[in-house]
Amino acid sequence: MAPFDFSTAGPIITALIFGAIGFGFGAVLELGGFGDTRKLAAQFYLRDLTVLKVMFTGIIVAATLVAGATALGLLDMSRVWVNPTYLWPGIVGGLVMGVGFVLGGFCPGTSLVAASTLKIDGLLFLAGALGGVWLFGETVGSFEPFFLSSAMGRFTLPEWLGLPLGVTLVLVVFMALGLFWAGELAELHFGQQKAWSEVLVRPTSPRKVSAAAVLVMTALAVAVHGQPSPLAKFERLGDAAKRPLQERAVFVHPGEVAALRGDFNLHVAVIDLRDEHDFNLFPLGGARRLQPDLLTRPEVFKPLLEQPASTVTFLMANGEEPAVIAWKTLRAQGVQNLYVLEGGVNRWLELYPVAECVAVKAAPPTGEGDPLAFRFSYASGSNLPAAWPELPIERLSRGPCGDPASGDVSHGGHGAAWPEYSYPKKVKLQFKAAVKGGCG
Amino acid sequence: MSPKEPRPYLNPYVAGALLGVVLFLAFSVTGGGLGASAAMSRVQTGALDWIAPGHVDRVAYFAELAGGSRSPWAHSSVWMMLGTILGGFTSGLLNRRVKLELRKGPRISTSTRVGFALLGGAIMGFGARLARGCTSGQALSGGAVLSVGSWAFALAIFASGYATAWFVRRLWI
Repeated sequence: MAPFDFSTAGPIITALIFGAIGFGFGAVLELGGFGDTRKLAAQFYLRDLTVLKVMFTGIIVAATLVAGATALGLLDMSRVWVNPTYLWPGIVGGLVMGVGFVLGGFCPGTSLVAASTLKIDGLLFLAGALGGVWLFGETVGSFEPFFLSSAMGRFTLPEWLGLPLGVTLVLVVFMALGLFWAGELAELHFGQQKAWSEVLVRPTSPRKVSAAAVLVMTALAVAVHGQPSPLAKFERLGDAAKRPLQERAVFVHPGEVAALRGDFNLHVAVIDLRDEHDFNLFPLGGARRLQPDLLTRPEVFKPLLEQPASTVTFLMANGEEPAVIAWKTLRAQGVQNLYVLEGGVNRWLELYPVAECVAVKAAPPTGEGDPLAFRFSYASGSNLPAAWPELPIERLSRGPCGDPASGDVSHGGHGAAWPEYSYPKKVKLQFKAAVKGGCG
Repeated sequence: MSPKEPRPYLNPYVAGALLGVVLFLAFSVTGGGLGASAAMSRVQTGALDWIAPGHVDRVAYFAELAGGSRSPWAHSSVWMMLGTILGGFTSGLLNRRVKLELRKGPRISTSTRVGFALLGGAIMGFGARLARGCTSGQALSGGAVLSVGSWAFALAIFASGYATAWFVRRLWI
């Protein structure tokens, strides 16, 4: 599934691929007339709206192709770079650039194309731009708080509007078509000096109308088809994504989970997928409960994507099945360093037992679906030593059975430290391959 | 049309559709969009690293790109920039538009154009870093993947351009 991973490709392959894409980019800009500063500047006097037409056609065509490819499961959006939103620095930067655009008659990309066709003004603009970039680097330290302000991360229009991707796409296409139509009218009046009364409001070119119709129909088809669910998406991911699950490389022994929880260099997040009842009976210390059906919601999975790079996330249930489904769901959405607690709570309680006055093993486990194999006499709410196996026993207060004399300040009333378990180490901290846009 | 005259430009909607296809290919092959200003930042930092390597190491923004033994050159954005220049040149050559000349509005002198090209470029370069991307990297690429910040940026750049245009109309019309 696209995009491809170039992190292991050699420098020559990387150079060829990015060079080829750049070649297409430069050629198309030149073909569209972006190498001519007068054409670019005419945009701002409404005489020639080439910039608006080329740019927004490019945006809606690419947006339709991207949304269509993700709908068909050909493109994994979670691995595509979406410019993170820093709202105010972006807006102020845009306002600054608008002034630079009108004064200099280019933007950075178009000045490259102008320079490549030996336009002296393009070369000068390019030199000026290098100076501006330098000035920014020298001064950004003095306004860094602003530069880093209003960070919203990966934040897209569908999330902002609360609409499905396809519906947002249709709206964007209609908006762009409206702009083109208004732009054509403006060109007739300001460019060809026709009086407004002579300007025909009705679109007259059958070719333009039919091209617009094709685009609208495609966007509508994408909207009607909808985007695949995370689980369907997971099924379309390649073997590289599925193999860790098949080979059980993501199922981590409780002993390793406990050891990592005690590692101060890591941030270990435990996500409990059980219902509130079982969670209250015995949660792992610091675990967070998440309802499995909420994992597809952006407000739930986005914070998981934005966790620090040193975060390891464990998914757990009473057994394994709900955690495996959650693993697929979150993996399809690009969450990194994601693991499943091997054997779930039921295995955990065998290795880190609780006193018999708190819970006894019910064999066989009762209940449907993902049953808890222990019968608790009360909701322990992570107060038991077994919920914090990484902490020294003596740091935990009173024993669970209310009889300090019995010495059961520890687990199971044995008074000793937890046994040392041996297990194959499976957690490998991986850093997200930095996919960045040309301007990142 | 005489054989030496430049060929006319492509219909803007056709050029835009081709641009969209190139952008889609960029996303689906590399996972990232198009851009130019990141490469400019690298070229600038690389040049500065030749002149004043100690300074590059001390300024955080430059050190990130070229601090110590880090090389700012071997980066995908630099390759893309070289490709962009080559693509523009090839297309210009095939369409007889490669010509050493200076283009300007009809009412200003060459020296005015020179000054404003440098000034506009400097303002643009500064703004592009502040906005974390230029018109292609932010507005075009971010716009196509529907990033909220990129759309806000695109509105800002056009709004500011139109607001400024009237005051400097002598430059262009």
